[in-house]
Amino acid sequence: MTGKRRKGGVLSDLMIPLIAIGILILFNLIRDPGFFSISLSTNNSGNAVLTGNLISIIDSASELAIIAMGMTLVTAATGGQDISVGAVGAITGSVFVQVLKGSGDITAGTVVLGFLACCLVTVLFTSFNGVLVAFFRIQPMIATLILFSCGRSIAYWITGSATPQLESPIIKAMGMTIPGIPVPTPIFMVILVGLLLLLFFKTSNIRLYTESVGINQGASRLNGINPTLIKLLSFIVLGVCVAVAGVISTCRLGQVSHKTLLIDIEMDAILAVAIGGNSLGGGRFRLSGSILGAYIIQMLTTTLYAMSVAPANVKAYKAIVIILIVVAGSPVIKTALSSFWHRLKNNRAGAVSREVN
Amino acid sequence: MQDGIVLTMRGIYKSFPGVRALQNVDFTLRKGEIHALMGENGAGKSTLIKVLTGVYEKDAGEIRVEGQDGPADIRSPQDAQNIGISTVYQEITLCPNLSVAENMFIGRDKGVGVRWKDMEKKAGDLLKSLGIPARPKQQLSSCSIAVQQMVAIARAVDADCKVLILDEPTSSLDDKEVEMLFGLMRDLKSRGVGIIFVTHFLEQVYAVSDRITVLRNGELVGEFEVQSLPQVELVSAMMGHALAELSDLDKQGSSDALSGEAFYEASGLSSAEARPFDFRIAKGEVNGFTGLLGSGRSESVRAIFAADHVTGGHVKVNGKPVNISKPVQAMKAGIGYLPEDRKRDGIIADLSVRENIILALQVMKGFFHPLSRKEEEAFADEYIKTLEIKTASQETPIKSLSGGNQQKVILARWLLTHPQYLILDEPTRGIDVGTKTEIQRLVLKLAEEGMSVTFISSEIEEMLRTCSRLIVMRDRKIVGELTGDQLNQDTVMKTIAGGEQA
Ligand SMILES: Nc1ncnc2c1ncn2[C@@H]1O[C@H](COP(=O)(O)OP(=O)(O)OP(=O)(O)O)[C@@H](O)[C@H]1O
Ligand SMILES: [Mg+2]
Repeated sequence: MTGKRRKGGVLSDLMIPLIAIGILILFNLIRDPGFFSISLSTNNSGNAVLTGNLISIIDSASELAIIAMGMTLVTAATGGQDISVGAVGAITGSVFVQVLKGSGDITAGTVVLGFLACCLVTVLFTSFNGVLVAFFRIQPMIATLILFSCGRSIAYWITGSATPQLESPIIKAMGMTIPGIPVPTPIFMVILVGLLLLLFFKTSNIRLYTESVGINQGASRLNGINPTLIKLLSFIVLGVCVAVAGVISTCRLGQVSHKTLLIDIEMDAILAVAIGGNSLGGGRFRLSGSILGAYIIQMLTTTLYAMSVAPANVKAYKAIVIILIVVAGSPVIKTALSSFWHRLKNNRAGAVSREVN
Repeated sequence: MQDGIVLTMRGIYKSFPGVRALQNVDFTLRKGEIHALMGENGAGKSTLIKVLTGVYEKDAGEIRVEGQDGPADIRSPQDAQNIGISTVYQEITLCPNLSVAENMFIGRDKGVGVRWKDMEKKAGDLLKSLGIPARPKQQLSSCSIAVQQMVAIARAVDADCKVLILDEPTSSLDDKEVEMLFGLMRDLKSRGVGIIFVTHFLEQVYAVSDRITVLRNGELVGEFEVQSLPQVELVSAMMGHALAELSDLDKQGSSDALSGEAFYEASGLSSAEARPFDFRIAKGEVNGFTGLLGSGRSESVRAIFAADHVTGGHVKVNGKPVNISKPVQAMKAGIGYLPEDRKRDGIIADLSVRENIILALQVMKGFFHPLSRKEEEAFADEYIKTLEIKTASQETPIKSLSGGNQQKVILARWLLTHPQYLILDEPTRGIDVGTKTEIQRLVLKLAEEGMSVTFISSEIEEMLRTCSRLIVMRDRKIVGELTGDQLNQDTVMKTIAGGEQA
């Protein structure tokens, strides 16, 4: 979506994540040529659905991809990250369930109502973070530590000790597949959120302002931008993303568990931003990179499980691969590579011009 | 290596994507000489220096330093430091939130375990011996740019160096401070230090230098003895052609405007940094704030634009009372402001030249009215052409432009908003002689077309050429206003220094 901005820069900016995903795909194909095969089968509710590792990877990465988009914006504007998104997502889930339970039958109308309530509540919580960061200038990690620690307790207060179940075809359709459409619904949600953000980017100056604030806040102010508002805005956008992700996750499970809903997603989201080639120090950003990062993380997880790595060890292996990707994309390695490339080119050019002289 | 030579650079090449910054450049520095490195904006001066100090890796060429066998292999500023090459870069590269003493010594001590007490004492002694008005414990950001610049120099000369490099060290200093710095340079010279001096001030070159090396478009024009190269020839060596007559600019229109209708009026305007003052500018008038550094001239214009927190006062624009408490309100009222500190307040380093040019205009158009890519490119193109900004492309990040060209981009940004009142704080800082007169001409042309301009410059001569009214400040108060016949060097200096003599 940003291809036009830096002509010719797209590929080189996304090179590391693209290479990473290429290697993962290749690795899996060698390991198991049928790894990515897709088949049509019938699920429990009698719908024809596409199944296979590829579909499952893209499907399960949905929440991560959506939150990573919001996280990218917060990172760019504030040079910091919101570590409370998982906990706030749990609050979202609880609110969603509570609204549906409270309004009796689950109908399209109550689901929409529940979703809107989720958006409102979630945005309120992320704005709380936003105000601490933008207005009181507290380090984002510290500011969001508050909700990181108590968010899940708040979720618990909302739903009580029960683990409420949501039984309804509408919920199933939202969390899994809509009858007649063989592709999981969450995938469409990612596309929808992506398109909405794209629309927002096209019709406003959010990108220019956010990057400008992230790079040089003082100069931005002298050019008439309000850095406080822009930072707050990034948290509001993140809030909407978390609300959507929380609702998807709740529908997927058909229940809300305040302890496990979107657990650990904040770390994966931050990683997705970094793997996507974005600087965690703020400034220039690329949403497509973060989305790609989300799928890389999910593909990695799925691959490890497919290799029957014990769940306890998965995290360690994941960490190793992620270190490799992040280091490969680091400025040190990048400049080293490009100066090596330059020298190769110039050795020839230099030799020629010395002959001439 | 020949006797009496401390440094030779031979056949230096350096390219950046899309730019050949240096092509086959030679440079020789002798012991105990002050050697000026001259050239237009983007000629490659800073690049040559960064190649020498290991900030950039050269593509080809050889560097030899006295006391080293064979070609020197300098891969980092630390390496350069270790073989006796100290540098003060064009852009201040100190840490604003550390103390003065810390800035002078950090990354300096090769040994371990410097004691704070010792460090502060040494810093204090050094500051005193150089006559720098700063306390060791003071936070650097609380010093004026001039003092910060001097601290950077103190940091560099502290080491026992053979080669001292000063890249435009005087651009933010006033005459007295420049004299002080020259004293320091001559002192180091007599101790045998070779000094490379980059500047755009011709008089300064003739005041201190022994030799001049001129670069043009990344190529060597030649090395000259200072006596054998009159100023006119130096300028044409730099530009490749003679400079159009530097004679008086016509500021008649602006003088006539003085008595006209006011565009902007303030009474009792004050900010967190500026004491209450009254100010008025007529349509088409060009005026200036002058005074020593720290006299409050920059702070006053910042108050007009609400760059600092405004604490009081009444403002009228076009005769109507307006509230200007945020920069954006000033912009909406038709005011533009080019800040003094380009790196801190001006450039958005990682954004492209195009984005930096359209930024202020874009903000004025509003959050939901983005310019189309076509419009942006057209605007950027227009100003790159008019101001002759040297850049590989519109998409180049502004941080990789030469200092003077960055300044032009910021100027373009404000010209593009077509303000009715433009405040320029040191607009020609770091700008080469040719372009400097172009900018002065431009200012007067804009005034002719009805724009009001406030101009601040450390060079009084430049202010005299452009302004029809000078507001003189001392100790953060307005102490005088000069117009007409009073606009001469003598009167201005006297008013700045104090009323006693008058
Ligand atoms: N890091 C960089 N990346 C890309 N281009 C660069 C970089 N540094 C310098 N250049 C280019 O190299 C050329 C020479 O720049 P340099 O900074 O050496 O000029 P200069 O002579 O110091 O000019 P000034 O008087 O404006 O400071 C310019 O065209 C500039 O755009
Ligand atoms: Mg320079």
